[in-house]
Amino acid sequence: MEELKLSTAFPKANDYQRGPIPIIECTEEIPCNPCETVCPKGAIKVGNPITNQPTIDFSQCTGCGTCIAKCPGLAIYILHLNYNEKEALITFPFEYLPLPQKGQTISLVNRLGESVCVGRVVKVINHDLYDHTALISATFSKEHYENVVSMKRLDKE
Amino acid sequence: MNEYEVVIVGAGPAGLSAAIECAKAGAKVLVIDENNQPGGQLFKQIHKFFGSKEHKAGIRGIHIGEQLLKETEELSIEVWLDSEVCGMDQDKSIWITKQKEKSHCIQAKKIIIASGATENSIPFEGWTLPGVMGAGAAQTMMNCHRVLPGKRIMMIGSGNVGVIVSYQLLQAGAEVVGILEAAPVLGGYGVHTAKVRRAGVPFYTGYTVKQALGKEHVEAAEIVKLDSNWNTVQGSERIVEVDTICLAVGLTPLIELAWLSGCQFTYLDKMGGHVPIHNKYMETTVKGIYVAGDVSGIEEASTAMEEGRLAGISAAWSLGYYDNEKADMLINEEWRRLNLLRCGQFGLKRKMSKDEILIKWEEMQDANFKNNRSPFDGGTQAVNGISQSK
Ligand SMILES: Cc1cc2nc3c(=O)[nH]c(=O)nc-3n(C[C@H](O)[C@H](O)[C@H](O)COP(=O)(O)OP(=O)(O)OC[C@H]3O[C@@H](n4cnc5c(N)ncnc54)[C@H](O)[C@@H]3O)c2cc1C
Ligand code: SF4
Ligand code: SF4
Repeated sequence: MEELKLSTAFPKANDYQRGPIPIIECTEEIPCNPCETVCPKGAIKVGNPITNQPTIDFSQCTGCGTCIAKCPGLAIYILHLNYNEKEALITFPFEYLPLPQKGQTISLVNRLGESVCVGRVVKVINHDLYDHTALISATFSKEHYENVVSMKRLDKE
Repeated sequence: MNEYEVVIVGAGPAGLSAAIECAKAGAKVLVIDENNQPGGQLFKQIHKFFGSKEHKAGIRGIHIGEQLLKETEELSIEVWLDSEVCGMDQDKSIWITKQKEKSHCIQAKKIIIASGATENSIPFEGWTLPGVMGAGAAQTMMNCHRVLPGKRIMMIGSGNVGVIVSYQLLQAGAEVVGILEAAPVLGGYGVHTAKVRRAGVPFYTGYTVKQALGKEHVEAAEIVKLDSNWNTVQGSERIVEVDTICLAVGLTPLIELAWLSGCQFTYLDKMGGHVPIHNKYMETTVKGIYVAGDVSGIEEASTAMEEGRLAGISAAWSLGYYDNEKADMLINEEWRRLNLLRCGQFGLKRKMSKDEILIKWEEMQDANFKNNRSPFDGGTQAVNGISQSK
């Protein structure tokens, strides 16, 4: 976590107040830059050489979510800390079947896959353009905002 | 005897890219692969690839394979499947068995060897039990044949292959009970390891597998801790119930055909073992025989495609399909693209190894020059320049 906080693209405390922001957990020099090339607003920069770590200008970002599905490392999610008074909203990439349904209660997990809290699915986007990387949006209790990154896989029906 | 201008061994990303470049330039090409499907490793790679837009980043490997096949078809490139190249010599005659029945001999002006690599294994007690397999084999089973190799899986090796195959096993519905890594640190890209970690898969660094237990099939794995000298720590053994043990312990270039045809080699640990010495046109020390992709040093599909193109352009050039100016431009462009992929904390190491191969080539040219022998066959246009001025 400390390493993440120091990484180039990680939000500072006041960035969370901006509304929905992409959080990029990509801390190594890997040869990769789709996050930069797909962003319609030019908010993410990798530059030259493409092994640079990405940086982001939160003020340019509209929270559209395109970068989440394009990132081959599945390293980006969007967090809206102040979704409402008590809840935050996370939108993360998910490539396991079955997909959750809108309204379903799911278990949200941290970076080690441990359950942190429950969440309620508010949106599932499985767009052709995203080529089988679904985007799941779920609300959860705000206090866990630093830990929640994904959800537990669902059992096969 | 059938004659071809360029014969390419292997229809993986390197071989197909080479074929496309040769055919685009106008050469008569034949691609040969022992598999019943072209594409090499690509059709197993159901994940999205790294790289930049020009390297087709963010696209799944399998779709990159489809694009290559489409181009191959559009250019009417001849492809023989189920056909194994069993031998070749310096004069570039090639012996092939078709469908394990018919023997064929063909003559090529240029050969591009793009035979890829083979999976390494590590021996341990019980390793011959059914249920112990290479990670690549597991990947072929589930992604090409839609068979789940097991339900509870132990992965040995935390490099990108081990981690990606683990992720795909989870996607296919198996449980991965752990990923073992003998070294103290993980091998794969952080974003890949993070992906399986948040799926709840534990990593055991400094661990290896001691034995596979079971009567007729793997029933459990005994794992053991290693100290800093790679010796097993007494009393640290643990038994984990699993039905499959996957080995992802590296790849070795498939160099037999290059040996057979008399290419010279150098040993580079980081490139997977012995690799054919080649110059910046991917030509080996045997004139007219080129290499590309994993056979010339283990890297990635993205670099394999660029090297394939480079070899294809060079072969077409030496056949006279490009003038020097055009070839120079195309070759420099390929090198720009390759260098883009070979930087950063992971890529730079590969670049340094690749540079060593090129330096070896130069050294051998110099040595031959000094010994006042005619340079061994394997000169390029540039090197020919030296021999002519002699
Ligand atoms: C599990 C796994 C995951 C990977 N993930 C990625 C990734 O995410 N991104 C990435 O960029 N790379 C990845 N790679 C690496 C990538 O797949 C290889 O680097 C790439 O396929 C090498 O291409 P190639 O053309 O050199 O060899 P291959 O794709 O291996 O093709 C070689 C072909 O040659 C044929 N052949 C060999 N010998 C003969 C013979 N004697 N006669 C006839 N045919 C022959 C074989 O049948 C094969 O089809 C992965 C590899 C593995 C094993
Ligand atoms: S969410 Fe949309 S606008 Fe924001 S960085 Fe990603 S792609 Fe760009
Ligand atoms: S696309 Fe993803 S993995 Fe690639 S550089 Fe951007 S954040 Fe990192």
